[in-house]
Amino acid sequence: MRIAGKGLIDRARPVGFRFDGHRYEGFAGDTLASALLANGIRVMGRSFKYHRPRGVLSAGSEEPNALVTTGLGPAQEPNVRATTLELHEGLMARSQNRWPSLGWDALAVNDLFAPFLGAGFYYKTFMWPRRFWERVYEPVIRRAAGLGALSGEAVTQKYERAWAHCDLLVIGAGPAGLMAARTAAEAGADVILVDEDTVCGGRLNAERLEVDGRPGAEWAAAMAADLAARPNVRIMTRTTVTGAYDGGVYGALERLAHDVAMRPGAPLECFWRINARAAVLAAGALERPVAFANNDRPGVMTAGAVRAYLNRWRVAPGRNVAVFGNTDDAHRTAADLVAAGVHVSALIDARPHARCDLDVPFYAGAQVCNAQGRHGLEAISIARASGIEKVQADCLAMSGGWNPTLHLTCHMNGRPAWNPDIAAFVPRDGAIPGMVTAGACRGDFSTRACLEGGARAAAQALETLGLKAPEADIPKAEDSAYDIAPLWAVPGKGRAWLDFQNDVTVKDVKQAAVENFRSVEHMKRYTTQGMATDQGKNSNVAALAVLADATGRGIPETGTTTFRPPYSPVAIAAMGAGAQGKGFAPERFTTSHAASVARGAPMIEAGLWYRPSYFPKPGETHWRQSCDREVGYVRGAVGIADVSTLGKIDIQGRDAGAFLDYVYTNTFSTLKVGRVRYGLMLREDGFVMDDGTCARLGEEHYLMTTTTAAAGQVMRHLEFVHQCLAPKMDVRFISVTEQWAQFAVAGPKSRALLDDLLDAPVGDMPFMGCGEVTVGGVAARLFRISFSGEHAYELAVPARYGDALFRELAARAEGLGGGPYGMEALNVLRIEKGFITHAEIHGRVTADDIGMGRMISAKKDCIGKTMAARPGLSEPGREQLVGLKPVGAVKELTAGAHLFEQDAQAVSANDLGYLTSVGFSPTFGRFLGLGFLRDGRERHGEVLRAVDHLRQTETLVEVQDPVQFDADGGRTRD
Amino acid sequence: MIELTARTPFDGLLPIEAGALRLSEAAPARMTSLAPYRGRDKALSEALKAAHGMAFPAPNRATGREGARAVWFGQRMALLIGPEPDAGLTEFAALTDQSDAWAVARLEGEGAAEALARLAPLDLREGAFKRGHTARTELGHMHASLTRISGESWRIMVFRAFARTLAHEMREAMQSVAARAGV
Repeated sequence: MRIAGKGLIDRARPVGFRFDGHRYEGFAGDTLASALLANGIRVMGRSFKYHRPRGVLSAGSEEPNALVTTGLGPAQEPNVRATTLELHEGLMARSQNRWPSLGWDALAVNDLFAPFLGAGFYYKTFMWPRRFWERVYEPVIRRAAGLGALSGEAVTQKYERAWAHCDLLVIGAGPAGLMAARTAAEAGADVILVDEDTVCGGRLNAERLEVDGRPGAEWAAAMAADLAARPNVRIMTRTTVTGAYDGGVYGALERLAHDVAMRPGAPLECFWRINARAAVLAAGALERPVAFANNDRPGVMTAGAVRAYLNRWRVAPGRNVAVFGNTDDAHRTAADLVAAGVHVSALIDARPHARCDLDVPFYAGAQVCNAQGRHGLEAISIARASGIEKVQADCLAMSGGWNPTLHLTCHMNGRPAWNPDIAAFVPRDGAIPGMVTAGACRGDFSTRACLEGGARAAAQALETLGLKAPEADIPKAEDSAYDIAPLWAVPGKGRAWLDFQNDVTVKDVKQAAVENFRSVEHMKRYTTQGMATDQGKNSNVAALAVLADATGRGIPETGTTTFRPPYSPVAIAAMGAGAQGKGFAPERFTTSHAASVARGAPMIEAGLWYRPSYFPKPGETHWRQSCDREVGYVRGAVGIADVSTLGKIDIQGRDAGAFLDYVYTNTFSTLKVGRVRYGLMLREDGFVMDDGTCARLGEEHYLMTTTTAAAGQVMRHLEFVHQCLAPKMDVRFISVTEQWAQFAVAGPKSRALLDDLLDAPVGDMPFMGCGEVTVGGVAARLFRISFSGEHAYELAVPARYGDALFRELAARAEGLGGGPYGMEALNVLRIEKGFITHAEIHGRVTADDIGMGRMISAKKDCIGKTMAARPGLSEPGREQLVGLKPVGAVKELTAGAHLFEQDAQAVSANDLGYLTSVGFSPTFGRFLGLGFLRDGRERHGEVLRAVDHLRQTETLVEVQDPVQFDADGGRTRD
Repeated sequence: MIELTARTPFDGLLPIEAGALRLSEAAPARMTSLAPYRGRDKALSEALKAAHGMAFPAPNRATGREGARAVWFGQRMALLIGPEPDAGLTEFAALTDQSDAWAVARLEGEGAAEALARLAPLDLREGAFKRGHTARTELGHMHASLTRISGESWRIMVFRAFARTLAHEMREAMQSVAARAGV
């Protein structure tokens, strides 16, 4: 019911919305909860386990009951708190965990079985048969109990992530936070002021308190405007700091205002990582409910929430309101209700010494012990020394005192301290390095104390930043003492709720203690208290107080459970923003990409690179046809392949040769200028790291080639060797992988092609020679190297010409009966020649295993040499590289198959080795493979079983030399 | 003799505009890495000053002016952007042509640093990252070189092969910033 008065709503802007299909109206500035209350809607959800009707409990992000689902399809968002959901035109919200409707829920029958459904029920009942848990029990229980659901569709709206940096991060923009921000801003610090609400002010927006002689909300708005105008202050509203991490990093979730989020290109939410040199936590406090029988009836709310709805949103949560508390807040609430013209049917103060100066029925030293009215509060029972009295009320404002919002101070394993004066936990100083606490979150509950505390905390933080705080000018404000008589649970029959969201009652906690779950962490897990989306914000302290009582210990001795990030729920879509689709990983495209795609080549990923798999021709229906044809180009005419993805490292300096001798197993200092040599590189542990060619371009100038896969690893390795192991060597290097577009021109007609294409004929460049050439006037590099076993070259031009050169080469090759070839053909060609890739040098093989043991030069030291000489790295029994061909009925080989003796069982105890690479060789008309076989070099000619357990295939294979084509290399050299 | 057509890394991808922000290609004619040999740092700096008018930059700094800059590029390394390097420099440093290795873009307009804050973890506040400051950093999963040319103007460099990804990531970031600004 809306009442007169201004509040923080804009009555000139009505907003239409729907809840469970019905149309309602609210105002700009409303939350869904305030608008529903204004429309007389009290039941907003059903409870988790017992499906009891529930109304709104709070007016903030701690709300356990009023959770709704918004949006449809990919935009469906469950468990949105109605108390923080800003009303906007067209909003459609749906209640959750009910069927068929919120008013009549079939599973409310659970409530009747409550005596059986207490804590530990599932653990005890569904123990057997064991396999039933996953298949039957869990799905059924999950359907019966629960909150909202996701649609199962991938998110299509935009989310984003961003970084922010500041000198001082102020968390919370209530009186303490505003004072802290202004103090720091005046000292010249870069300030970020964050608040989860839509406006600054905190509790000042919910109370009738005055600050500096003006209404608190007005003072806060003026402060915020002053701060916003300063260039060194950034105010981030609608932003919740969700976690405190190492090194002054804070995670924060920003929800963009609806009208902003709807603009094209705008995100819904942004997950911030805020890097702050210092921080002030001014997060305020959360009011705690009191546990009494049926305290979850719709209409029972925290007193602070009642004041917030009254003062901020001008909504009376009832016509006939009772107030129950153990501090002066109860009286403040009654006074606000009276001032708003709402009838107060009873003011119950649990403190026996309490006095009342309001004209309302007053009960000192009494407690509310029951609540009636299943779909909405109708009456309450008051227990007094003289007996139980029933009083009519459609709303009960209750307050069990306040818990400082200290969650963030515990994110790095800090534990709070118990302060008996306020019957609450308070943060310990220094729990988060660089963070100081101020205001209600450290237990200062008066407005004046908050203002002072904010200024003081900022001064303290500024000192660590080397800045001087200005003289603080603390405005006049209320400064009353906090007088509390601890009250956790009212004794009596019936279920008294502690954790509203997970349906945990006083009885459940006591039951946990009876069953010896006495540790607070065990109690939590046994009862599930604090494990719902509100993370027990409303119930943690009360639950452990009940546990302390049940186990005969004190509250500080019982201790708290651990607060972990996030403070409030964060959508995974926000944390992973931008990391799906194209944002998942960067794409690296070669200069020939467009031309390859234009030829219809399917592009496959090689690391971040995209490379053509094969180039289909009209009429080809299977990739094998294309692959076979492309192998034929190279073996019979000329093929073109983009090999730019191989790592290229430019190495210069007086000690370049010596440096290469040190990182390669073989010698490079003796290589002649204009020549290329194949090199092998070991890791420090003696295993093979990478292989490739290295060309000597000048006396002190080399060009190293790495494999595509290990380009980054090799570069890192070279930096490590130079910086840490050989810092005195005068050598410098830089990657030129991207500088050059490089193409293999391979096949018997390769020289003819190049003679025609280059500005001058190739001449008699020897095998493993290199030199500078020009093509179309462009300076280029030519290497006579071969990965196919044919007479072949690699031609490199500056990358800007890559696209043009590839198109030219491909066209010319086609004119000679060849054409471009892809990764599939490249693979077949190298398998025929027994050339290795990282399928073979996969990190567990030694130089000896691949038959290159003699490449480790005896004349010099190199990285990995000593470790490679360890016994066991070259002794009999190791698996050695072999070639394999099928000889049984099954003609197909599969990589990953394991090798066994013909008469042995195919089990791991009999495993002799495995296949690493296979391909159909059109040259031989059969599959060929490479693999590793125990003592394989001595077993050429033997026939073994190759069993692929994964694909469930088996074939017989004959072991042979890895080099299966042109064993003497005549074709390469000619 | 055939004629090879040159293509720039952002060919067909840039410019991109969003609100007040504009990302355009700024491919310089020549980029050369300068890596001083052992003990030749000072001599290189002097030769650089004599030949091209700028000192060898300190870590995270750029020297020179529009058209001829030296940008710190890593441990004891700078990138000479603009001029053809003087042949005399080879006495003091390893010179390597990098002209085609990098995709170079210029981001300008109000909110440029905000757009970059979506992709880079660096503190880009005016006081911390001033004109002439540079960094090798992460930019949306890519290795990048980032230099503040002036107040709201930045040079962004990534490997040439990442050009398309950079354009995509920057477009998303720029649109977010523009949408928030309401333009």
